Amino acid sequence: MKAIAIRFFSATGMKWGIPFVKLFSGEEVLEQFKSIAQTILIPILAIALFLAAWSFGARQITTSLGQVPGPAMVWEQAQSLWQEHLVEKHKASEFYARQDARNAKKLSANPNAKTTDIKYTGKPTYIDQIFTSLKTVFMGFVIASLIALPIGVICGLSKTMMKAFNPLIQIFKPVSPLAWLPIVTMVVSAVYVTNDGIFPKSFIISAFTVSLCSLWATLINTALGVSSVHTDYINVAKVLQLSPLKKTFKVLLPATLPLIFTGLRISLSVGWMVLIACEMLAQNPGLGKFVWDEFQNGSSQSLARIMVAVFTIGIIGFILDRIMVELQKKVSFEKLAV
Amino acid sequence: MSLELINVSKGFGEGKNRSEVLQNINLKIEEGEFVAIVGFTGSGKTTMVKMMAGLLAPDAGQVLFNGRPVLGPSKERGIVFQNYSLLPWFSVLQNVMLAVNEVYPDWSKSQRMEHAKKYIEMVNLTPAINKRPSELSGGMRQRVSLARTLSMNPELLLMDEPLSALDAITRGTLQEEIINIWGATNKTTALIITNDVDEGILLADRIIPLNPGPKATLGPSFSINIERPRDKKALNDNEDFIKTRNEIIEYLMDMSNEMSLGKSEKYLLPEISPVMPGLSFRSTMSKVA
Repeated sequence: MKAIAIRFFSATGMKWGIPFVKLFSGEEVLEQFKSIAQTILIPILAIALFLAAWSFGARQITTSLGQVPGPAMVWEQAQSLWQEHLVEKHKASEFYARQDARNAKKLSANPNAKTTDIKYTGKPTYIDQIFTSLKTVFMGFVIASLIALPIGVICGLSKTMMKAFNPLIQIFKPVSPLAWLPIVTMVVSAVYVTNDGIFPKSFIISAFTVSLCSLWATLINTALGVSSVHTDYINVAKVLQLSPLKKTFKVLLPATLPLIFTGLRISLSVGWMVLIACEMLAQNPGLGKFVWDEFQNGSSQSLARIMVAVFTIGIIGFILDRIMVELQKKVSFEKLAV
Repeated sequence: MSLELINVSKGFGEGKNRSEVLQNINLKIEEGEFVAIVGFTGSGKTTMVKMMAGLLAPDAGQVLFNGRPVLGPSKERGIVFQNYSLLPWFSVLQNVMLAVNEVYPDWSKSQRMEHAKKYIEMVNLTPAINKRPSELSGGMRQRVSLARTLSMNPELLLMDEPLSALDAITRGTLQEEIINIWGATNKTTALIITNDVDEGILLADRIIPLNPGPKATLGPSFSINIERPRDKKALNDNEDFIKTRNEIIEYLMDMSNEMSLGKSEKYLLPEISPVMPGLSFRSTMSKVA
């Protein structure tokens, strides 16, 4: 039981839970209190100090949208966003219930009657927007990985390819998503002409811009990893005369996986950071559009609502990073164990 | 004739940084012979074995195997590396299977599996068959490496200091295992590189010292005429053993002394006259004044 609880806490990145588990099982009580003070008390104190400074600082500045919101106002808005979500969901379910009742009535009168099947078109709630953002960043991340991994392997295998790709990588790597967006918008509009495809245009534009900005980290890490595989492993492949394909999948890629995952992790965090800007301009109904709409809306709650978005973005980014770290731990072998 | 090296030389680097490692190496290993090469660390033993395996090409001279020049690695020449070189993401069985799959692609999966298991059993690792290299001790890892190479049924078994990273007791056990397995596999032609003269005498039919580098050459060949099977404990009282061992060690010490004498003449200190910053400053000042 104790071991399971400890494993759970360390896997989820909540190491602060471990001393509590140990404390309840009566293991070195004084030691556990010290550990709790260090891992929990100090962060809590720091957060409390931050909230106090924020609260105090916010009161000093008044903008055209009213006072800069303090922690209390932001919390209020977070709750109201959640309430709005619940209300909207309730409305939707009522709408569908009414529609179903209508259809049932029609069918009972005439089994061959045409039923209407209309989708509820309320405005997306904050929670919907979070999921749209996650979908977009995931799509962009997958596209980026599909492009970056094969090119990275090829660059790592051949010095000529590396030399060929290197200038392009160096030039395109630092380009801001805001510069890519107009180009991607025009290209997607020209190529993706249907208006009722599986994905809305704004979704595709945002996803592609995200992948354009995030693929570089994976590409560089994969190339570096493949080109620096330990000579011992290469020698094994040589002595066994493995075919190039087998060499890649049995020796090079497993040896490179830890570095590839470091690249993927950077890519995902860059993608998430870039996504907000993309959504703002492409009007993809995610968190970026939410921030933009609130900014344009200019009500007295707008700033507080944007602040809620800031915290949401931060926390989700943190969770995504933790997920990648855990995945990376799963695939990494012990480096020392040759 | 199994393996032959004719006037082989090898060096690394270019221009000023060029260092000649091996020069005019001549060596013949007959079929079924077990040869040990002893030498100091850094004398180019690994370079030599890599050329035999085909992982390095000689700068001058020729490496011949069964009369044909060696142009690259081949499955008929198996090599056991000093640092095991196991793939850490594979289990013991998978590491051996990687080799078996390459050498016997026509066999059925179960046949290959059985073959791999046979060699893992031979090195006494069946209980650890599903473990990863990181879960094994150094001696066990070298056993896996040995099983992987032997499972390829090579015509020539090359071993590059296979036991030097192990502790004395594990080393002794593995020496015995190597000699038993070698006897069981119809006495494949074998070459072991080692820095331990006793190990060489215990295992080999012939010991050849490698003189210290740079420009290392092979010394005279010492035949070991002690009857097999050799017992490590009994060997300590064997007069032949003591005599051969002393001869080889004496030879190696002489060579090493010669080298270090030669070296001390080379390093003449440059003439340096110390510069005193304070003094020179004052003298310049006085000149200006």
